[in-house]
Amino acid sequence: MITADPMDVPYVEEFRFLPEYLEKAKALIANYPPGRQASAVIGVLDLVQRQEGWLSRTAMDEVAKLLDMAPIRVYEIATFYTMFQLKPKGKYLLQVCTTTPCWLRGSDAIMKACEHAADGKTFSVQEVECLGACVNAPVVQINDDFYEDLDEASLQKVLDAFRRGETPKPGPQVDRQTSAPEGGPTTLRSE
Amino acid sequence: MPKIKIDGVEMEVPAGITILQACELAGLEIPRFCYHERLSIAGNCRMCLVEVKPGPPKPQASCALPVADKQEIFTTTPMVQKARRGVMEFLLINHPLDCPICDQGGECDLQDQAMGYGFDRSRYHENKRAVPDKELGPLVKTSMNRCIHCTRCIRFATEVAGTEELGATGRGESMEVTTYVEHALTSELSGNLVDLCPVGALTSKPYAFEARSWELTKTESVDVMDALGSNIRVDTRGAQVMRVLPRLNDDVNEEWISDKTRHAIDGLRYQRLDRPYVRKGGKLVEATWDQAFTAIAEKLGKLEGAKIAAIAGDQCDAESMVALKDLMAGLGSPNIDCRQDGARLEGGPRGSYIFNAGIRGIDQADAILLVGTNPRWEAPVLNARIRKRYLHGRCAIGGIGLIDDLSYPVERLGMGPASLRELVDGKLGFFEKLKAGKNPLIILGMGALARPDGAAVLALARELADKLGAVRDDWNGFAVLHTAAARVGGLDLGLVPGEGGRDVEGILAGCEKGEIAAVYLLAADEIATKRLGKAFVIYQGHHGDAGANRADVVLPGAAYTEKPGAYVNTEGRMQLARRAAYPPGDAREDWAILRALSDRLGKTLPYDTLEQVRERLVCVNKSFAAIDQQQAGGWGTFGASGPLGDAMFASPIANFYMTCAISRSSRTMAECIASREEFAQRYLARARRMG
Amino acid sequence: MLADKDRIFTNLYGFHDWRLPAARARGAWDGTKAILERGPDAIIDEMKKSGLRGRGGAGFPTGLKWSFMPKEVKDRPHYLVVNADESEPGTCKDRDIMRHDPHLLVEGCLIAGFAMRANAGYIYVRGEFYNEAQTLIAAIKEAYDAGLLGKNACGSGWDFDLYVHRGAGAYICGEETALLESLEGKKGMPRLKPPFPAGSGLYGCPSTVNNVESIAVAPTILRRGAAWFAGIGRPNNTGTKLFCISGHVNKPCNVEEEMGIPLRELIDRHAGGVRGGWDNLLAVIPGGASVPLLPKSICDTVLVDFDSLRDQKSGLGTAAVIVMDKSTDIVKAIARLSQFYKHESCGQCTPCREGTGWMWRVMERMVVGNARIDEIDALEDVTRQVEGHTICALGDAAAWPIQGLIRHFRPEMERRIRARTEKLAAE
Repeated sequence: MITADPMDVPYVEEFRFLPEYLEKAKALIANYPPGRQASAVIGVLDLVQRQEGWLSRTAMDEVAKLLDMAPIRVYEIATFYTMFQLKPKGKYLLQVCTTTPCWLRGSDAIMKACEHAADGKTFSVQEVECLGACVNAPVVQINDDFYEDLDEASLQKVLDAFRRGETPKPGPQVDRQTSAPEGGPTTLRSE
Repeated sequence: MPKIKIDGVEMEVPAGITILQACELAGLEIPRFCYHERLSIAGNCRMCLVEVKPGPPKPQASCALPVADKQEIFTTTPMVQKARRGVMEFLLINHPLDCPICDQGGECDLQDQAMGYGFDRSRYHENKRAVPDKELGPLVKTSMNRCIHCTRCIRFATEVAGTEELGATGRGESMEVTTYVEHALTSELSGNLVDLCPVGALTSKPYAFEARSWELTKTESVDVMDALGSNIRVDTRGAQVMRVLPRLNDDVNEEWISDKTRHAIDGLRYQRLDRPYVRKGGKLVEATWDQAFTAIAEKLGKLEGAKIAAIAGDQCDAESMVALKDLMAGLGSPNIDCRQDGARLEGGPRGSYIFNAGIRGIDQADAILLVGTNPRWEAPVLNARIRKRYLHGRCAIGGIGLIDDLSYPVERLGMGPASLRELVDGKLGFFEKLKAGKNPLIILGMGALARPDGAAVLALARELADKLGAVRDDWNGFAVLHTAAARVGGLDLGLVPGEGGRDVEGILAGCEKGEIAAVYLLAADEIATKRLGKAFVIYQGHHGDAGANRADVVLPGAAYTEKPGAYVNTEGRMQLARRAAYPPGDAREDWAILRALSDRLGKTLPYDTLEQVRERLVCVNKSFAAIDQQQAGGWGTFGASGPLGDAMFASPIANFYMTCAISRSSRTMAECIASREEFAQRYLARARRMG
Repeated sequence: MLADKDRIFTNLYGFHDWRLPAARARGAWDGTKAILERGPDAIIDEMKKSGLRGRGGAGFPTGLKWSFMPKEVKDRPHYLVVNADESEPGTCKDRDIMRHDPHLLVEGCLIAGFAMRANAGYIYVRGEFYNEAQTLIAAIKEAYDAGLLGKNACGSGWDFDLYVHRGAGAYICGEETALLESLEGKKGMPRLKPPFPAGSGLYGCPSTVNNVESIAVAPTILRRGAAWFAGIGRPNNTGTKLFCISGHVNKPCNVEEEMGIPLRELIDRHAGGVRGGWDNLLAVIPGGASVPLLPKSICDTVLVDFDSLRDQKSGLGTAAVIVMDKSTDIVKAIARLSQFYKHESCGQCTPCREGTGWMWRVMERMVVGNARIDEIDALEDVTRQVEGHTICALGDAAAWPIQGLIRHFRPEMERRIRARTEKLAAE
């Protein structure tokens, strides 16, 4: 867990929001009552991360200014919530759930395969706690999408597709509809 | 008033207090780490758990739970004991057992409470957590393995100091108290973090490994680094002042002191005048008291009074000032002044030169105007009180002059006298805010008064106070914020030019023209010594600073920790400093030096003991009889009409850390200045390296 | 088994479109205005009568919770806050509501907000549910465009704004006061109670925090009547419930069923049975990671609802059923949960910050038997030292799984310790 300004990251001289991101940030701030702009801090940091790929200190200072917060309060947020990346990551972040429901269904092997694939450029890997898709275990979140019901073979297929520059279809990698039982639902069959 | 039962004893307590406070009223000590009277309630240490009925079947944090009628509270039941022992064990599992090398040893809350709630052995067989230490600058040393995450330091920095730079990053057992980006704390109150830390995680860096608390002699005294008169405890070992800690006084400093108050004390060890000197052949050479007095007598004996002058410095005790005044009267000199900075306070009614509202009055103010002052540097603890008022809400704060970041927002109303004029004339919107307040407070700093048009500014401020109805029987919102600890005492004693006498400017001009032939500097170093011309200069003081450098005779005096002395703070409260150590070498108490010299000059002062000097003080001004009390000042016309200048108001303090001979001699203060520069450089270097 | 006609989430699996026209065709937003016209008190009363207990884990009666809000709006606005920070291991039901039936939730927000006199609501969605949040945002936009939200929502005369707020990865934000802190732009550290949110919640204003499922079932309850809902399940454990069945079953799935369904029936009927057959069952965690596990002997007969599971010293929690067959390293399974709690502890209060790490480290040793027998008792004691002494319930949640393990699998833990001791002695 990062708790101090990391020294092994590129020095970022200046951070500026791209116009579209600044617009989104302002829209987020508008979701909260006047004077409560700090409420938008998670959302704005997320926008920075979407724009830059990670959160540099320079960018966090800029967010603090935008939201009229003390920088330390922004650092606290950025180090508290696990989705914030304080160091640059590969193009695809493999977030492997290894909590008990996924572990029961083989997340150890998935984790191993993801670690093997992680080269820091195309793929980075991060062990995460329960992703909230337990009936589709094991699960890997790749950037915004969940890849579910994985085994080593289907994971490899997914990773290979990414390597080819494709975006494989998210969701269950076996033949089932979302969280319905494999082979078809036991309920809601009457139209 | 709710009726509650604590451990079976029924009692009535004020509504709205917490269970912990109620237990204290009942005389019970509730263990705690995170709770602190002057900080927001965190409730995180879980040490103060008590059993409360009615309530859930688990112990409750007494620091956070308000009392309610018919509540039954139990502080010693098995449930409570188990909970506290459990919490203590959790606190200790990751706490290093390094008490023998910990500076907190002997005054550590964790140590003390472990005696009551700890086990004699550990059940924790895992590795202890290792936490990197943090660099927080030259005053606060960290040993973060010892941190118990009570967050008192974070809350102090955020709430009291108003410098939001400490936080807790990460989470769970990886949570660390830190600035995240390494830099020296920017607060002038950072030393208080050390007092607040219940364990040895934050300790005093200058005091590191210097002494154990039980070896020290403790003397209750008063601070002179600013005009607040903070109540302090001076801890000494032998002749050495080892540390200064705050004493509790809600009227003055609550329980905070500034970093200069706390850490300039190493200046007491360096550059000390420990024997008399007499200038011979252009060089100061060591002399005996007799030789020094002879040199003075030879010179002064030939001079008429009008050619002699005396200036008292900013940290003089009232006793030495009254002796100086009496001696000058004996010598027939009207040329005396205690206003080194040239403040145009002419010793009118007392209400014209004190902080009439009282420091405590800040709490009652509902609109505050700052004129020509930077309270953050002139009196950091008072500034924190203004911040406290700001945080409490509904208090407009405006300022005229150069206003820095004061840790609370200030509405900028203009830079100089013209803006004050506009305000008085009701031309600025802020006038209405002041007018709307029941208790408007006008804080007038030396930046507005220590200037040629100071008397006119003073008159203007008085006009404003009158217009606002700020001076009433139940409220006096006219408040002068001094920077010199000696100033109000000096003005109370009338240490200003007598009939036809010269003030500091007049004295210096007289020296340049040769009209003044001898100047007595009583620890006065903050004047333009170059302008003393060819005058014969006697310097009496404790440090080899500007005054001694220029002197023809040097008489070694005592610093504030080395003599009993009376000081009147900016609000007109007379307080007594006590001797914590003896002055070095041949140095002596200052009033006694003047008394001895007067004898040699044939103008023997009529007092032989400290008691007699103090009787003399009361004789000169009755307010000296009211020890520790704020004496209300009279009101009347004061100031003078005259042209207003164009120059902006700017605080006289350019550098908080060095304002007097002691702090200028302090290596710690020098480090404070250097460290800010250093961290800026380090960041730049990294920027270059990372490209 | 619950009949399809009694199911609330008729697009649970997303076989159909989630958008407004399709949702309306399934019954959402039907007669909302009429519901609102009954007035806040009647709505709250109906909710109370339905017996609905909060679906977020604690099972507090929803109608009663709503009634704690001040009856009049004074100087501070009221807020509805919906807890969609679904992170309890084993639980993935709210996700389906958000992505497949978002309009039930949006409609529920309007009704609940109206009932508690709130003009604004925030839905706090866990950060990882990016796509779900986007669906929800789109559904809200549809509702605005159709005049169902915003000024004079549904023509009711009541103004109601609804916002989605995304989190960023912190289980603790599922705790209602930590969620409020997070929503205010701070670290998700639970607040001390009192004051309770209904008195001083979001921005210090009266607020109520409800789980997604609790809010999403409200419109249907009000449409079909409290009696209908109360007629399903058992007394004090009424209604339908979304169950998540994960782990060692043949067909893991989510399903809406009747409260009080026998655990075995739930698993066999909907999840294709335990892998290798019922007799291959070792244990079940019946309500998400924080409730104590149940060994097979109890699973054989236990009903899945609040009271039955409480009687077995476990709990319904979020109704996330984690099934473990006999191949499971049961100590490891619980140790992994201990790691989860250590990772998710916010670090604020002492027993949890220090205790979760301690418990996890001892549990890791227990996995390989690297301990003394009496350390099992010490571990149990540590869990009791955490339980009930923390600011929020995360401490309890970290303690209970270990207590359950020791209660039901102590012989297995001892066996490992002895095996290791013997092996070391032999070497």
